[in-house]
Formats: sequence, C-alpha cells, structure tokens
Amino acid sequence: MKLSSVLHTSFKKYNLAKLSQILILQLIILYLIPFSAFATSWQEIKKQGKGQTVYWNAWGGSEEINAYINWVGSRVKEEYGVTLKHVKLASTADAVSRVLAEKAAGRTNNGSVDLIWINGENFAKMKENGLLFGPFTKQLPNFKLVDFAGKPTTLLDFHIAVDGYEAPWGMAKFNFVYNSARVTATPDSIPQLLKWAKSNSGRFSYPHVSDFLGSTFLMQALMELADNPQDLGEAVKSDAHFSKVSAPLWSFLEQLHPYLWRKGKSFPASSSVQKQMLNDSELDIALSFNPSATSAAIANGTLPESARTFVLKKGTIGNTHFVAIPFNSGSSQAAMLVADFLMSPEAQMKKQNPKIWGDSTVLSVAKLSAADQQKFKNLPLGVATLQPEKLGPTLPNPHPDWKNRLDAEWERRYGQ
Amino acid sequence: MLKLENISLIINSKALFTALNIEVHAGQVTTVMGPSGSGKSSLLAHLCGTLAPVFQTSGKISLHDRVINNLPPEARKIGILFQDDLLFPHLSVGENLAFALPAIIKHRERKNIIEQALQEIELSGMSERDPAGLSGGQRARVALMRTLLAEPQALLLDEPFSKLDLELRGRFRELVFSHAEKNNLPVLLVTHDPADAKAAGGPIITL
Amino acid sequence: MGATLRSVNYLSVFQRLTQLLLLLPIAAGLLGAFFPAFGYFPEIGGNQLNIDVFRELLKQPALPHSVRLTIFSGITATLISLCFALALAAMFSQVEYSSQSKLKFNRLFLMMRRGLIPLIAVPHAAMALGLVFLIAPSGWLIRWVSFSLMGWDTPPELISVQDPLGLSLIFGLVLKETPYLLLMILAALPQIRAAEYLRIGQSLGYGAFRSWLKLILPQVYPLIRLPVFAVLAFSLSVVDVSLILGPTTPPTLSVLILRWLDNPDLSMRFFASAGAILLLGITLGSLLFWRIAEWFVLNKFRKWLTNGKRGSDNEAATAVFVSGFFLITTAFLSLLALAFWSLSLRWPYPHVLPQTWTFRNWERHWNSLQETAMTTLEVGILTVVLALILVVACLENEQWRRARFSIRSEWLLYLPLLIPQATFLLGVQILAVRFELDGTFLLLVWSHLLFVLPYVFLTLADPWRKLDRRYPIIAQCLGASPLQILFRVKLPLLLKPLLVAAAIGFAVSVAQYLPTIFAGGGRFSTLTTEAVSYAAGADRRVIGVYGFLQALFPWLALLLALSVPRWLYRNRADLS
Repeated sequence: MKLSSVLHTSFKKYNLAKLSQILILQLIILYLIPFSAFATSWQEIKKQGKGQTVYWNAWGGSEEINAYINWVGSRVKEEYGVTLKHVKLASTADAVSRVLAEKAAGRTNNGSVDLIWINGENFAKMKENGLLFGPFTKQLPNFKLVDFAGKPTTLLDFHIAVDGYEAPWGMAKFNFVYNSARVTATPDSIPQLLKWAKSNSGRFSYPHVSDFLGSTFLMQALMELADNPQDLGEAVKSDAHFSKVSAPLWSFLEQLHPYLWRKGKSFPASSSVQKQMLNDSELDIALSFNPSATSAAIANGTLPESARTFVLKKGTIGNTHFVAIPFNSGSSQAAMLVADFLMSPEAQMKKQNPKIWGDSTVLSVAKLSAADQQKFKNLPLGVATLQPEKLGPTLPNPHPDWKNRLDAEWERRYGQ
Repeated sequence: MLKLENISLIINSKALFTALNIEVHAGQVTTVMGPSGSGKSSLLAHLCGTLAPVFQTSGKISLHDRVINNLPPEARKIGILFQDDLLFPHLSVGENLAFALPAIIKHRERKNIIEQALQEIELSGMSERDPAGLSGGQRARVALMRTLLAEPQALLLDEPFSKLDLELRGRFRELVFSHAEKNNLPVLLVTHDPADAKAAGGPIITL
Repeated sequence: MGATLRSVNYLSVFQRLTQLLLLLPIAAGLLGAFFPAFGYFPEIGGNQLNIDVFRELLKQPALPHSVRLTIFSGITATLISLCFALALAAMFSQVEYSSQSKLKFNRLFLMMRRGLIPLIAVPHAAMALGLVFLIAPSGWLIRWVSFSLMGWDTPPELISVQDPLGLSLIFGLVLKETPYLLLMILAALPQIRAAEYLRIGQSLGYGAFRSWLKLILPQVYPLIRLPVFAVLAFSLSVVDVSLILGPTTPPTLSVLILRWLDNPDLSMRFFASAGAILLLGITLGSLLFWRIAEWFVLNKFRKWLTNGKRGSDNEAATAVFVSGFFLITTAFLSLLALAFWSLSLRWPYPHVLPQTWTFRNWERHWNSLQETAMTTLEVGILTVVLALILVVACLENEQWRRARFSIRSEWLLYLPLLIPQATFLLGVQILAVRFELDGTFLLLVWSHLLFVLPYVFLTLADPWRKLDRRYPIIAQCLGASPLQILFRVKLPLLLKPLLVAAAIGFAVSVAQYLPTIFAGGGRFSTLTTEAVSYAAGADRRVIGVYGFLQALFPWLALLLALSVPRWLYRNRADLS
C-alpha cells in the first residue's frame, strides 16, 4: 500500500513537471516559428549556419568511413564555416536513445545530436515518435540531383515515406563476398546456396539477426522462396498469414543450418565479425551490403586479395542510407549545410571511389554537368566490384513489419 | 641438544656478530644478550628458517645430531615464543591449541588433551572463548601451551616476557622454564633483561 | 581536544557531500529504470504502471537460458579468480617471507608477481580481443600448430571462443580479475601481520602454503570481501567482454539488454529496462548467495583448520606455479598479438606473423589520438584528484570526530560497484538532460567519480585506518593543527597507498565506457570510447592501436605510483 502511494505521488509530480514543460515548449515554438519556418532561403540558412558546430552521430567502426567523414569536416569548414564533429557510435541506437532521453526530459532545443546517420527502422521509429526535424530536404540545392526515378528507395525508406525528414546519402545493395582462392563456382540463387553449403560444410554462415545484415539475409531468402513475394511489400495481416508466407524460409533454414559454421548452433555476432572471419579463413562466403566495400577492404588490408563478390540472379535487396536531423538540434541550419554537402557531386564522387570508401552515389549522374559526368565515369571500379550491369536487379526491402516478425520468430526457433 | 657451529649472519657484506659456537643441552636454558640491533632476533629467525632473504648465512645448525640448515621451517621441530603472543584471532582458544596438535591425535583424545592443557595453565573451561577476551597473562600462557603442543625438540624465546608487567613476568618465566625442563627441551633465550638471564640460570652469551 | 574538534567540524560536510554525490545519481537512475520497467514511458507510448512488461519479458524465448548463463559465468569466473588469486598470494608471501623454505621456483614466482600486477591496468576489452585472436580456431595458437605440424589450409572446426557454456567468457574474466584480487590481497596482508603468523605456523610444523590457507586466508578474506563482491557484480553485468567472448544464442543478460536498447523498435526499451531491473535482482541475489556460501564453507572447514594435518607443500607449489604461468603467458601473448596487429597491414590465416608490416595504423590515428588522449588524461586526473580529496576528507572526519562511517553508510559508497551500470545510467541521462548538465565536462567527471571514488576509498581506507594513531597524537602534542598533521605527517607517511589509490582510480576512469557515452553526450571522446567504436568494426589493427594506448596510460600511472615513493624514500628503510 505504502509503496504504491509513494509511486503514485512521484508519478503525479512527474506529470506536473511534464505539463509545465509542454507549456514552455509551446511558448518556445511560438517564439521560434518566425525564425525557423519562414527563414527558408538557402542564403539565410548559410548565414545562420556559419559558426555553428554540428555533432554528427555516425557508426564509427570503419577506418575508411571515419577518414571520409573527417574529410567532409574539413570541406564544410572551408565552404560554410561549419565545425563538424564526428561522434563515433558503436550502434546508431545510442544516438536514438539520447534523443529519446532528451525528449523525455523536455529538452526541445540545443539537443546533443545534430545529425544522425540513419535509415530503415531507426528512421521509421524516430519519425513516428516525432523525434525528427523537418521536412528539410527540399531546401537543399543538391537534393534535386538525386536519382529519384532510378533509385526509388531515396523516397521510400523501407516502405516508409521519407517526406523530407532525411536526406539521401548513399546506396546499399545486398551481395555476397567470397574467397576466390577457395570457391570456384559461386551459387546464383538461394537453392544453389543451400547446395553449395551442403558440399562445403561449415564454410558459410550469416550474422546473428540482431545485426542488420543477418536479418536482411532472412528477408533476402524469403523474397526468393516465397510463393507470393508481393505479400512482403505490405504489413503482416495476421499470425496465420505470417506463418503461411514465411513457411518456405523456415524449411530452407532447417535444411541449411546443419551445414553452417558450427552447424548453425552459433552465429557471428555481427557483420564486422563475419568479415573478420572471412579474412581469417574461418568462412569462405560472407555477406555484405555494399558491392564496392570488398574492393575497399582489400585495399585497406582487412580482406584477402583473393576476395570477390557475387549476387543472385533474381536480384538482391537494395536500400538507401540517409542523414537526418533530430527535432531538438540547436544547429539545424549547419546540419542542413552538411547534409547538402554530402549530396554534392564532389562528396558523392569521392565517396564512390573504392580507394576511399566505395559507397555508391544517390545522384543521377545524367543530371550532372558534363565534366562531373566524365569524372564519375573515370572512377575506378575496384578489383572485387561487379560491373553495374552484372549487379542484377534490385529488390525493395520488405515492409518493416516483416523484419520484426522474422527476427522474433528466428529468435524463438534458433536464439536459445 | 641444539648445536650452533660457526654461525654468522651477513648483511650488506657486514657480519652482525663474530661467528657463534653454542651448545644448548636438553633441559638447559642458554641466554643470548646484547644491545638492540646486535642481531639477536635475526639469529633466532635463522634457527627457525624464516630469515629474510637479504641475509647471507654460514655455519651449521644441528638438533639432536640432525643437521637442519637446509630443512624448511616446518620440518625443523623448533618452537618459538615471541614478545607478542600472536594468538590466531580467527580461532577460539581451544582451536588455537588444536592447531598445534599433531593430526595423529584424533577426535575425543584431541579434546581431552586440549582440556588438560588448559587446566595446566589455569584456563580450564575456556576452550570456546575468543582469545581477544583474555588478559595479557592468559594469552601468553595459551601461546606457550600452543608452542609446546606441537611437540618441538627445542624452544626459542624471543623476549617473550618483556611485554608483561613485573609480577606476571616472574610467574610466566617460571612456567616457561618449568615446562621446558619437564619436556627436556634445549632452550635458547634472547633478552636484554638481566633478571631474565639470572632466572634462566644457564650460560650467558653476549653479542 | 574540544577546540580541535570544533576546528575540524567542517569535515562532516565532506562526508555528506560524498554520499550525496554518489547516491543522487543512483537513486535517480534506479527510478529512471523502474518506471519504464513497469510500463511507464510516455514518450514511447507507455502511460500506465503495470507489470505487463515483466510478464512479456519472462515469455522471451532466450531469457531462461540467458539468465542461467549469466549466473553461471558470473559466479564461476569470480570463484576461479578468487582461488587463483589466493593461491598465488599464498605462494608470493611465502617466497617473500622465508628464504630457507625449499620451495620450488622461488625466483620464477617473484618474476611472476612482477608480471601479474601491471595486468590490472589493461582494459577488459583489449584483453578480451587479444584473447580471441589467440585462441580462436584461426587464432595464433592454431596457426603455430598448423604452420609447424599439421598444415591445415583452413582452420579446424573448434569451438574455442563464444562457446555455448560461456567458458571462454569465464576465461577472459579470470584473466583480468585474478590480478586485481591478487593486488587487493597483497595489500591487505600487512594489516593482519601475515608474516608473523606465517612464522608461527611454520614453527608449529605446518608448510608455508598450508599455514597460509589455515591462518592467513580466514583472516584476510573479510578484508577483501568487498573487492570480491565488486568482481562478482562486475562479472554478472559485464557487456564488452561478453560481446567479444560470450556466446550469441543466447548471449548473457547484459548483452540481451544491449540488443533491446539497440533495437530500432522503441517499445523494446521497456524490455531493456525490465531486463536491467532483472539483472539488478540477479546481482543482489548472487551476492546474497555468495554470502551464504561463505558462511557455509566457513562452517564446513572449521574442523579442517584445526585437525592438525601438516602434509607436504610441493605439489601445491607446482600446481599454483603451473596455473599462474598459464595465466600470465596467456595474458601476455594476447597483448603481444594486439601489438603485432597494430603494426600489420595484412595478416591472413595461416600466417604466423603479419604478411605486411606497417606503421600506417599508428600514423593514421596519430592526430585524433592526441586529442582523445588529452581528454582521457584531463578527465582521469581531475576525477582522481576530486576522489582523493573527498576520500581523505571522509577518512579524516572519521578519525578526528570518531565518526566512523557506520557499516551501512560505508556500503552505500560501494553501491555504484554493485549495481549494474546499465540499470541506472539511462535514468541518470534523463536526469542530466533535465538539469542541462548533459554533455558538460562537469557531468562527465561526476559520472566517472561514481566509479572512481569507491575504488579509491576501498584502496585507501585500510592503510589510513591502520596508520599508528600515536603519530598524529605526538604531532598534536608538538603543537601541530589537524591540517598541518595531515600534510606534514599523514600524507607523507601514506604516500605510497595514496599514489596506488590514485593510479587505480585513474585506471578505472580510463576504462569507463558507458558513463562516458551517457554523460558525455557524444561531446567527449576518450581512448576507450574510440576503442569500443572501433571494436564494433572488428578491425584488429585499429583495436590494437587503441587497446595498446588504453593499457599504456594506466600502466604508466601505476609504475609512477610505485616508483615515486621508492625514490623519495630511498633513504628511509621503514617506508620503502
């Protein structure tokens, strides 16, 4: 009795505090509207952004990417007088947590995160919970160079309308990495992969589904195995619907797992670990989400020189990764300047260079100046990267609902 | 008989005292006297086998014709009493004594021997007591009894009386010597109290 | 005396302040975890307090196995570390105290001690990563075998890391916790006059090892109970080592919590909070279990203490030596492997040495290293200085005012070590944001202080209390004020424990990951935050660079702490 009453009082206090904060928030919004909502000219944004500091929260596990972000920092300093600080995250969720904590505490301005590298579910959840600033992308001059027609995922992130709340940054496409010194004939379909695994026991695995790439593997396999892949484009209708549609995936995994690394009793903890295992020759085939990353990794020394890539002939899942601005960033103008710079031909070109990073552009090269078009053409392809025409069709990501359901069911079956 | 032949202790290439030759006969107390820092305690530590490694040593120690120089301390069968009683604080009075008893004595007999020993030092019935609750004189007697129960073949005394007040000192001294005599132990006493030396009655060696 | 007492009245403020500094964030943090765990988190749609979250949590398929794994690995790791530390301490003290004991390997034992102590400076994550490379199926050991004998062209199918029972996780923890407990034991020995009791034990016919077990262990254990509890709580809630060495299907509870926190589905945060509360429960339950087991063991072995059995020591010496040797070799090979990786460009299986050597990894990170190293130093030094001031003030308060911390309030100081970090840091973050403190240097230092202060107190309290009371009394009679006594008598006399406490506090500060992330708001990057974010990329070469530096700093601090007093007091035999 006593405990509950104590809880109740503090609960009430919490609500009171909450209420007053909401009031303050309303006042702040009223006060700020004339400055933010109508001050939309790019010149104005440049003026306001000058001298601001942008804390960019981005996964920091890769030397190549960190070096690239560092370069972006020096360029936006020159160009706009913006100071860019890379907050290296072990997981994007750390930044989402922080924004969430700030919202919970009623911090509506001067948040600690100004820019966040994001896509898919993290984006969907932040958007859904009102944690994002925007829409802002229409104001960015370079936004119109994006290849919306050829790369529909720049507008529809995991079937969620982007609505201008995140700016496209790069393209990803699911592919396989293999060690050509040990694998001669690569499979080109999911059933072929199973066959390969059966004759090369213990030499393939996929990351645990808590890793993005692991759960994408499930979706990739189901896209190919499902009777009606269109089902995956919409939310799951019912439990029965889910069991019926996903059944082929589970029967595939039942067959596959005995031939995986450690007989499918254990899985690499993350995609980074899996890549390391390929380098250590513990695996012969691994997964990747960037068709040129393998070339970059060879150059950097983190994959063997014999590493190559392959895709499936019916196509593989592709998506776009973005940058977004949290609702309470105190440097949103400068963050927009950075987001715009990231979409500039200069930055996109450098990013696509496999010697730098090898992340594909979101731009439509045809929309660029002749000189820039030529420069894009002259970019080296990289020793392990497939020609664009050999990359096969790009499949859209299933609806996020499927990812959640598949992950949960996988956990239930294999996670214990 | 405890026999020391040509014993010298060297630290920083300086000898603490001129080489010693001592014979202590069974039931007899030999007293070693000398000012502080003359090496009295180091000599006893050497006999026990617990001398700090910084010392260099030479000479031969034998106990009942058995050379013990190279034996580990626990195999020497030399009992020692210090200035502090050093009763084990985690054990009761009785357990302190039991610790010293050889394992060959079992169960009921162990208990009997301990009770007897306590009686001998006028502490009967105090077996379960915490040693911290005893008086200084009582603690000293337990320490003596503990040393004797381990059945040593020689007894070293490192100023064990110096912390007791005058009256207690005389009585405890008597108790120690009488037990040593009863058990026929050679005793080497280190002290700088001439009264101790006098009471011991044996040869006196000055360092 | 009355006047003196009045002049030190202000000291009691420090005690209150210290308690407030530690308890405030913990209380806030626990509330911050309790509300979501019971379903209340309006920002993500939880508006009512209820126990549905726990009901759902218990239905999670991975949970029962994960809880069992957590408890098993935590308790086993602590138990093994404690046994190793006790056995090694027993050997070290007899080597030190008796020249003529015919113990084997005397010299080697001394070398081993010199090698083991610095290991406490090595961060857990760095050690674990090195260990993985050492013992993995494609690791260094297998490469030697493969290279010289077997000629395997692919690594053998061994389950040597991330095994389902968590044995490699336990091994990794033992490697780190043994040196820590050992240091704590060795520091406690002089307080119980171990050397003298050992001599008595030996003169009563017991071997030195056995004397240690029967006489020293029962006396020293109560003095190291707290460090043991800290190790137990840490082992149960450790995240980084679990991620690196622990199994994945399912992982330990702490990793499960992390997965829920990392899940883009924000409703999983309810699980994360409930899981954190569950972890708190498991930790408290395990501590209680441990305490009961202590009592049970004590009763069981009471008879054994006084049964009079003497026996030989040599097998024990050999066994302890072998296991100590095994530990230390593993640790050093793990670190050596990391060092090699930091100098390699390419090092594929089955090469025993890197294929291409390079300084590139160091050059590339040189600039950012300088900045992060500075931040690490600043936070570490400031935190340690604050912790020392507070701890010394509390101890002075206790001595002058005879206001000894009651047992209960002293335990409060150690709460941060006994409560899983993940349980309360999220709540701390919310509180910090509310007070506009997040991302400030102040909060960063405060959050480090939470974990540094208990360790400093733990290290310093006993030497301080054991300092002969007659020194301050004599000084007082000579006319010195309490402050003069502190600076001119106590601090110089206690210089060594003071510096060792500082070095340990510094090592603790350097190793903080979660507090730096949660309190620093991403504004501050330290060697550890960099190392952990690079660990996410699994690039051993960069991990090698950061791990090496992460270990180097605390190691230098420890070296300094040990050699400064030795040099200052080189002509003072009683103090050196």
